[in-house]
Amino acid sequence: MLAEPRDFAAWRSAARGLLADGVAPEDVSWRGSEEGASLFGDAAVAVPAPAVSLPRELLEIAERVICHRDAEVPARLYRIIWRAARDRHLLARTTDADVDWLRGADKAIRRDVHKMHAFVRFRRLGEEAGRESFAAWFEPTHRIVRLTAPFFQRRFYGMDWAIVTPDARAIWRNEQLVYGSGGTKDEVPDSDVVEDQWRTYYGAIFNPARVKIDAMRAEMPKKYWKNLPEAQDIAPLLAGAGARVERMREMAVSAANPRTEKWRTRVPEELALTEDVTSLAELAKAVGRCTRCPLYCNATQGVAGEGPERARIMLVGEQPGDQEDLQGRPFVGPAGQLLDEALEEAGLDRTRLFLTNAVKHFKFEPRGKRRLHQNPTSAEIDICRWWLDKERAFVQPELIVTLGGSALRGVTGKSASIKSMRGSVHELEGGARLIATIHPSFLLRLPDRTRAAEERKAFVADLIRARKLAA
Amino acid sequence: MSAKAILEKLAVLADAAKYDASCASSGTVKRDSTGTKGISSTEGMGICHSYAPDGRCISLLKILLTNFCIYDCRFCINRASSNVERARFTPHEVVTLTLDFYKRNYIEGLFLSSGIIRSEDYTMEQLVEVARILREEHRFQGYIHLKTIAGADPGLIALAGLYADRLSTNVELPTEAGLQSFAPEKKPDTIRKTMASVRVGADDAIEAAKSRLIGKAKPPRFAPAGQSTQMIVGADAARDDDILKSATNLYSGYQLRRVYYSAYSPIPDASSDLPPVRPPLMREHRLYQADWLLRFYGFERAEIMESARGGMLDLTIDPKLAWALTRREAFPVDINRAPRELLLRVPGLGTRAVDRIVAARRLGKLRLGDLAKLTASVKKLLPFIVTPDWRPGKLTDSADLRARFAPPAEQLALAL
Repeated sequence: MLAEPRDFAAWRSAARGLLADGVAPEDVSWRGSEEGASLFGDAAVAVPAPAVSLPRELLEIAERVICHRDAEVPARLYRIIWRAARDRHLLARTTDADVDWLRGADKAIRRDVHKMHAFVRFRRLGEEAGRESFAAWFEPTHRIVRLTAPFFQRRFYGMDWAIVTPDARAIWRNEQLVYGSGGTKDEVPDSDVVEDQWRTYYGAIFNPARVKIDAMRAEMPKKYWKNLPEAQDIAPLLAGAGARVERMREMAVSAANPRTEKWRTRVPEELALTEDVTSLAELAKAVGRCTRCPLYCNATQGVAGEGPERARIMLVGEQPGDQEDLQGRPFVGPAGQLLDEALEEAGLDRTRLFLTNAVKHFKFEPRGKRRLHQNPTSAEIDICRWWLDKERAFVQPELIVTLGGSALRGVTGKSASIKSMRGSVHELEGGARLIATIHPSFLLRLPDRTRAAEERKAFVADLIRARKLAA
Repeated sequence: MSAKAILEKLAVLADAAKYDASCASSGTVKRDSTGTKGISSTEGMGICHSYAPDGRCISLLKILLTNFCIYDCRFCINRASSNVERARFTPHEVVTLTLDFYKRNYIEGLFLSSGIIRSEDYTMEQLVEVARILREEHRFQGYIHLKTIAGADPGLIALAGLYADRLSTNVELPTEAGLQSFAPEKKPDTIRKTMASVRVGADDAIEAAKSRLIGKAKPPRFAPAGQSTQMIVGADAARDDDILKSATNLYSGYQLRRVYYSAYSPIPDASSDLPPVRPPLMREHRLYQADWLLRFYGFERAEIMESARGGMLDLTIDPKLAWALTRREAFPVDINRAPRELLLRVPGLGTRAVDRIVAARRLGKLRLGDLAKLTASVKKLLPFIVTPDWRPGKLTDSADLRARFAPPAEQLALAL
């Protein structure tokens, strides 16, 4: 009764009718005659079947599995929908024998579909009015032409093509997709103009030193080989692999190509971490190449301070964070944004400040897709002081604002608590004055809203004081 | 040189590209040619159109624009001092090849890399030009993977991200020391900066998409299949621990989709201090397994390395089993009660099997026979699990447990 051996629409309407009539699976024979004559008479199919509620997923699977070549499939599928109509959790019962079979059959179909998407090889027929046409011969394991044709339609919309299989054919012509009966291999050209190029590519991309023939067969089973133009090269490539590897071994080191020197236009730049840095710009470059402590190994780049050469106020933070590390600029991440807001509130213009960090490289612990900030040790801060001192020497700020404990250590060389230092002005050697406050990231970490608001106010107040001091 | 026939150039420039492990065409956005005069599509998941006898898939036309190179990295066949035959494609030749192959359904798209000629910027411009012609002049919707040239201008990287589905910058060797001795012109910080600019480009595109006003055209995507990298295994002295350390840093810092591990494969005309012929394929395999544990199984690098000796993974058994054997106190695990995170740590259970178990046990207790339908090999699980009809008893702690799993020594040799 199924018009085509694997016509899902016909199966579905028949199955729905049977289901609505309460016909038990064991009372149905789906075989019929080989020619698909109807068991039930045409009336059974013609009457619109009342809707029976089935999980959408089951219908999607059924639409695929009906293409399976196994003759038992329509009957087995009917049994499953019969059961599913009575047990809405049936599909989740993965240990059930029917469900296990269904999943297995579906997997086989999906694999076959995937392989057809992959292994169809078009050959060019010609060109007419700027539109090229191609044809392919393919032998899928199951009857999946209808399942695969939409993919080729989406992919090869702008050309005409036909895929001929033993069971059916799909033809895309003038933006119309039609299906027809099966055909034979000789309906399709037996070669293509670029096949030589393709086979050349196939041979060249193969690495003879790592033959893994089983891995290849697992993914490209032999049954597909006869219609793949490149497959005829597999045996010769394998046969020659040993000799190719042997040749490589024998071709020991030869004299260096004399052109080497001509091509090598540049000598690697000497790392100049020198004392003779004469400007902030040079300093920034040198920070980028710093290897004074091992932090440089994992960070993207050293992040130097940023701001006018003679800024009156210098803001010192702890170290670059994730964003600073990626962008190579200080205070551009979340804490930087918070700082920007606070500066604006305090009436300070960021572009007139010099912003830098006590440590120039980002210290972190990788955790999955994120990098967790790690506090620098006193030793790391002290090593990096070398750079901070140089920046101070260039900028010569009147006032230094340290944000957080690390910054305080970076500037003073001593570990003092912010609490004890905050609220007063400290004289530094060489004339500059210092005020100490918290780091803006501290505000980001406070869970209590009222406390956070208070702390933020105090932070802005510190910045206002800084502005007045440097006025 | 330019008179060289396409076929000869193809042979040279595909041969030169065969050492790059990546050929993936997955993870990008869906696009197709519906309603256009053109061809090509991507459906999100990759398609391998063929397989080479080395077991690796062929999804993309993987070639070099040229194998001339001003760098002299000793592990590389294309290094300046190598006597390999040289060739160079024009951008249009690559475009024609790609389209011709695509129309015959040989490939999913293009993976274009290049030796460095003239300068990093010039080389990157040439790569971007190929992608531009494909996308703009031919409306090519297929997959494009471009190699970024470390040290190229961030503006060029940003442009590459607009055309390409994936960008990759190879780190090649996992340690500073290795790179310094084998690839003197390659600077780790330059590589990292280039990766950082790819990530910043991707972040910016996401930000732009979020903040756009309703009704405005979608902002262009930036390398929707993300970025990847490759490390060569076994050319230098780096240990597995160094390699995984480098990988975890790269994953966390630059949001890499994949790190590819490529067993150092002998190259003709090799430098004398490089190891001889056989590529360490098993080591490569174990690293991929360890990488999987990091990304999908909730393992930390330090945990994976617990069972390692001298920073090297066990070659005879897989890293998850090796971990379980040193952490027997965590087993056996009750299949019907254990949380997902714990099930993921049972040797022999993959992510898919765990998903199935978690789904199935909601509807009733799982017995040993049920497990056979949910996972490939129940035998491997036995010492590590409890079901209503199975208890491993002393098996979990038995001294010869490792021997049960370790294959006999002669099977270790890989067919070459």
